[in-house]
Amino acid sequence: MSGARSDRERGPLLLGVRHHGPGSARAVRAALDAAAPRVVLIEGPPEADALVPLAADEDMRPPVALLAHVVDEPGRSAFWPLAEFSPEWVAIRWALDHGVPARFIDLPAAHTLAWGDGDSPREKEEERREERKEEQKEKQKEGEQEEAEKKEEKESGEEERRRDGEGPERNQESSPAVEVTEAAVRIDPLAVLAETAGYDDPERWWEDVVEHRAGARGDPFAPFAVLEEAMGALREAYGVGGHDRDLVREAYMRLQIRAAQRECGDDVAVVCGAWHVPALRRKTTVGADRALLKGLPKVKPDLTWVPWTHRRLSRVSGYGAGIDSPGWYGHLFSAPDRPVERWMTKVARLLREEDQGVSSAHVIEAVRLADTLAAMRGRPLPGLTETTDAVRAVMCEGSDVPLSLVRDRLVVGDVLGEVPESAPAVPLQRDLARLQRRLRMKPEALERELELDLRKETDAGRSRLLHRLRLLGVSWGEPSASRGSTGTFRETWRLRWEPELSVRVAEAGVWGTTVLAAATARAEADAVSAPSLADVTALSERCLLAELPEALPVVMRVLADRAALDADVGHLAQALPALVRSLRYGDVRGTDTHALTGVAEGLAERIFVGLPPACASLDAEAAEEMRRHVDAVHGAVGLLAETLTTSPAGSPSSGGSPPSGGSPSPGGSSPSSGSPSSGRADPSVGIRHRWHSVLRVLTARDMVPGVVRGRTVRLLLDDGELAQDEAARLMGLVLSPGTAPGDAAAWIEGFVGGGSGGGMLLVHDERLLGLVDAWLTGVPAEAFTDVLPLLRRTFSAYEAGVRRTLGELLRRGPRAAGSTEATASGMPGFAPGLDLGRADAVLPVLSLLLGLDESDDVTDLDDLVEAAR
Amino acid sequence: MSVSVEPTSAEAPAEEFAGATVEGAAEALRPHAEHAFAAELDALAAQDDRPRPARWRLSPWAVATYLLGGTLPDGTVITPKYVGPRRIVEVAVTTLATDRALLLLGVPGTAKTWVSEHLAAAVSGDSTLLVQGTAGTPEEAIRYGWNYAQLLAHGPSRDALVPSPVMRAMAEGMTARVEELTRIPADVQDTLITILSEKTLPIPELGQEVQAVRGFNLIATANDRDRGVNELSSALRRRFNTVVLPLPESADAEVDIVSRRVEQIGRSLDLPAVPDGIDEIRRVVTVFRELRDGVTADGRTKLKSPSGTLSTAEAISVVTNGLALAAHFGDGVLRAGDVAAGILGAVVRDPAADRVIWQEYLEAVVRERDGWKDFYRACREVSA
Repeated sequence: MSGARSDRERGPLLLGVRHHGPGSARAVRAALDAAAPRVVLIEGPPEADALVPLAADEDMRPPVALLAHVVDEPGRSAFWPLAEFSPEWVAIRWALDHGVPARFIDLPAAHTLAWGDGDSPREKEEERREERKEEQKEKQKEGEQEEAEKKEEKESGEEERRRDGEGPERNQESSPAVEVTEAAVRIDPLAVLAETAGYDDPERWWEDVVEHRAGARGDPFAPFAVLEEAMGALREAYGVGGHDRDLVREAYMRLQIRAAQRECGDDVAVVCGAWHVPALRRKTTVGADRALLKGLPKVKPDLTWVPWTHRRLSRVSGYGAGIDSPGWYGHLFSAPDRPVERWMTKVARLLREEDQGVSSAHVIEAVRLADTLAAMRGRPLPGLTETTDAVRAVMCEGSDVPLSLVRDRLVVGDVLGEVPESAPAVPLQRDLARLQRRLRMKPEALERELELDLRKETDAGRSRLLHRLRLLGVSWGEPSASRGSTGTFRETWRLRWEPELSVRVAEAGVWGTTVLAAATARAEADAVSAPSLADVTALSERCLLAELPEALPVVMRVLADRAALDADVGHLAQALPALVRSLRYGDVRGTDTHALTGVAEGLAERIFVGLPPACASLDAEAAEEMRRHVDAVHGAVGLLAETLTTSPAGSPSSGGSPPSGGSPSPGGSSPSSGSPSSGRADPSVGIRHRWHSVLRVLTARDMVPGVVRGRTVRLLLDDGELAQDEAARLMGLVLSPGTAPGDAAAWIEGFVGGGSGGGMLLVHDERLLGLVDAWLTGVPAEAFTDVLPLLRRTFSAYEAGVRRTLGELLRRGPRAAGSTEATASGMPGFAPGLDLGRADAVLPVLSLLLGLDESDDVTDLDDLVEAAR
Repeated sequence: MSVSVEPTSAEAPAEEFAGATVEGAAEALRPHAEHAFAAELDALAAQDDRPRPARWRLSPWAVATYLLGGTLPDGTVITPKYVGPRRIVEVAVTTLATDRALLLLGVPGTAKTWVSEHLAAAVSGDSTLLVQGTAGTPEEAIRYGWNYAQLLAHGPSRDALVPSPVMRAMAEGMTARVEELTRIPADVQDTLITILSEKTLPIPELGQEVQAVRGFNLIATANDRDRGVNELSSALRRRFNTVVLPLPESADAEVDIVSRRVEQIGRSLDLPAVPDGIDEIRRVVTVFRELRDGVTADGRTKLKSPSGTLSTAEAISVVTNGLALAAHFGDGVLRAGDVAAGILGAVVRDPAADRVIWQEYLEAVVRERDGWKDFYRACREVSA
């Protein structure tokens, strides 16, 4: 520790930190307070110097990130996230509070962004997304138990990531495009140190040795001196450890430090990754450093602050900083004392809010258990692992369910950063402006209508842009019903640019730097957090419209998962039609929808299994709803079967189970689907066939409400799956006296009701009409008033023409039994004309009632009959 | 618990017990843990230089080592008694070192009893202070009873009192064990509240009390998915730290446990040896695991979980059953048809909801799986 002091006299104050380490942040603050330097130099892109004062803005709230991107190419970008507990942020704030200049001294973003050139930005983005996805998946799978430890070790990865020079310097995260595998071959200094110390987990080692001790009183420079020594030994042993670009960055940093020294003497403090400290300490010649910097590629960068979230900090790759527990770190940093006690109290409060009975006694016991655990594990203070174990055993009764809530709300946390309005425009805005120029769509405050023909390239692009913006919450255009043509090739939009939309765009900046990337990220996030299955389905539809193929796998995955766990057939039935519609749209737009097909098939399968039990014992309202579901599913199955037929025959998704729909190779014959079980040879036939057998099951079950049964008979009849005779038999069965009149009326409603064209069926099949007629006349008087509303609902929906025809048929009365004109099959029906004999039979009574004279009034009555006719 | 498997001890029990040489216990069919592993406990105690809580035979660290296995500085090998997450054992041991009682939860066959016995053996050197919980467990089993001959002859006195294991543990500062806590009627359970919170057991008949001395603690085990149990009152729950023992982590481990155990049972039931059952066992274990975890083995499809426990113990009985079918009525080879009915019975506990879940599973997963056609057909047959 004496070393630090003496160094201090000899040169700049070098503060080696771990990015995002709360202990480091405290130590930096203490060291800066003690040393009071005249300038603070921070590892970060120097182009951002102008942005530093914004950090003092009262509207600026961490977590935020410095964003650098190539001008006009927002897709190539890098982020330097800063949380409240990041040492760099602490250093910036310290400098601003003390009126001392703060400067970034890492290699300019102009070079670091250009370095990434090897791969096209497009690829990078994909890779990034890929990684992020992987990571999410992993996270889901990972047992909660290891949660903390496991993920945390990645944080040490942060060190290495920082080192890789590809990203801007900053370690932290910084370089979005770093591949994990690549990083693996590089040495991880923390891991080496931890291993030397006998720890298997570098993260835990760091916590024990640095974070939990940083609060100790004493020389504020001591921790840095010790760390520097350790890093020095490591660098002697490993050189740059595979991080070749570090040499260049360090050369640049040395030059910058020298420049600052010329200005302020040795009153210079440098905050940088601990790994760099030995290199910055080394004496080299200016010439040698300059030589290293010669001929670096260059691009024109643009920098700004963007708001960040704790959740994004916790992502290991992509834009994240790889911190698994930002909430916990934030707590460690901000808690004035007794961090474990305070943490347990926070946890207890959260659980109480969620109606878990957690008393102060629980808190006390949890703290005791955590302390004892730490002692047993030989750690100086309980870490996140110990506190989590204690919370699980004491407050959560051993269950991981409430624990995941704690993890989500506290360990990660919902903190959302804010950036003042004066911050420069985010790249998303530029990307949008560029797209608007290219597609010749000017933002205008005046509302106007836009007709798009999706077969045209430009129009399709416009439609995509508008759909993507809508996903991002920027509702510049609202879709409206197309005038005239309703074809899938046409879209009509009402456009109106309102000033607050600019704010929305700025807000959407967190999601990505281009409209495409942001919409994709947003869709994925929405899918994961969507409340219901139908929402996810709707989202998948929007993803197709907005052409976000990369978001689809995530959305589909969520959809399949939700469908698997949703026990309500109604929800599934609601989801299916939208999904199938998406498939159709996908076809129109030439999107690859194999994944979707698989999911749709799986969904249909689940409905088939669940529908019969779900139809049992429903009340009238539920039955009506179920009828709508049956209708919807029927339509969807029809469409789906069509889609399956039109898609290439060998399409694997058609034979694959929903989960395997992930990676279909069009046209390829996948071996697994090579041997589908019997009856699946043609998927379209298979699915229709299975649906029909489900319908048949429904028709025969007495437990199923009449309206649903009637509907299923009708659907089968329309599909030609049920012969007319059979339908008539079923109808006769239902309308026989054994059935309650209410149920029979419901059956009729299901069979011929609504706008289903049932009227025409009755018109053309007199036999059916005859059955209805016979039943109706047989309904007892007391039951008649009950069935009347149902019947009225059924028949009043018919078109006037149909009603009239039916009325005329009925007026003729039933065909006389045994009449010679009876058709060969002997089916009941209606007489070809009025039965005059029967009409005449009432005449005497009528005249009696009317008090008419028998003699001449007969003719009047005949007139009456004529008139009626 | 009808079938008790100690997954973790897969390699331990049979062999270890056979080799154990402890005076007096050698004849026992199943020696107590502290006898069977006396040598290991002694070695640990001899080398344990860490602080020990009052009346503990070993330090908490040494207890954890005893359960999880390891090698001592002098080369003594400690066999693992529990193979599972280290965290669980650490939390359990730490709990005993505080004055909170420990509740081990888990489905049948997760080694709850096994862990509790070894914990008691390592901490107190005695695993016999045991109360077996049943629906008929009376209050006397937890507090104290009376020797009625004494009581009538001499009136109430400490001599006439018959202490329960819990009472003895309190008086001597030992670890008491309560098995199947949730099977004990609720009113009897609640007698534990005073013991655990006040650490005292009043004897109103004598106007006395027994106060727990340092070192006393209690380990309870309970089944968390069994039906018809008496839920713990929240007052009692609060006195426990809860540790949930997980099911075997990997499919291979579970297949191993099942086949081992099936073989043992088969031998004791004199079932004819059935060769080549391993594929079918793997299939049964896969089905059980998938339905239990609610996700397919490849992690790609989510599933609904049925209401049954689908524990390893049930998988064992399904396979045993299948073997008996194959041996007596089949061709001597364990086939899909022999286990299908057993699986159906284990999965479909609630005829309405579970049947749908099972059919979904059949249609969405089994039908599409390569090489499972025979199984699919067999299941369709029995489920129809």
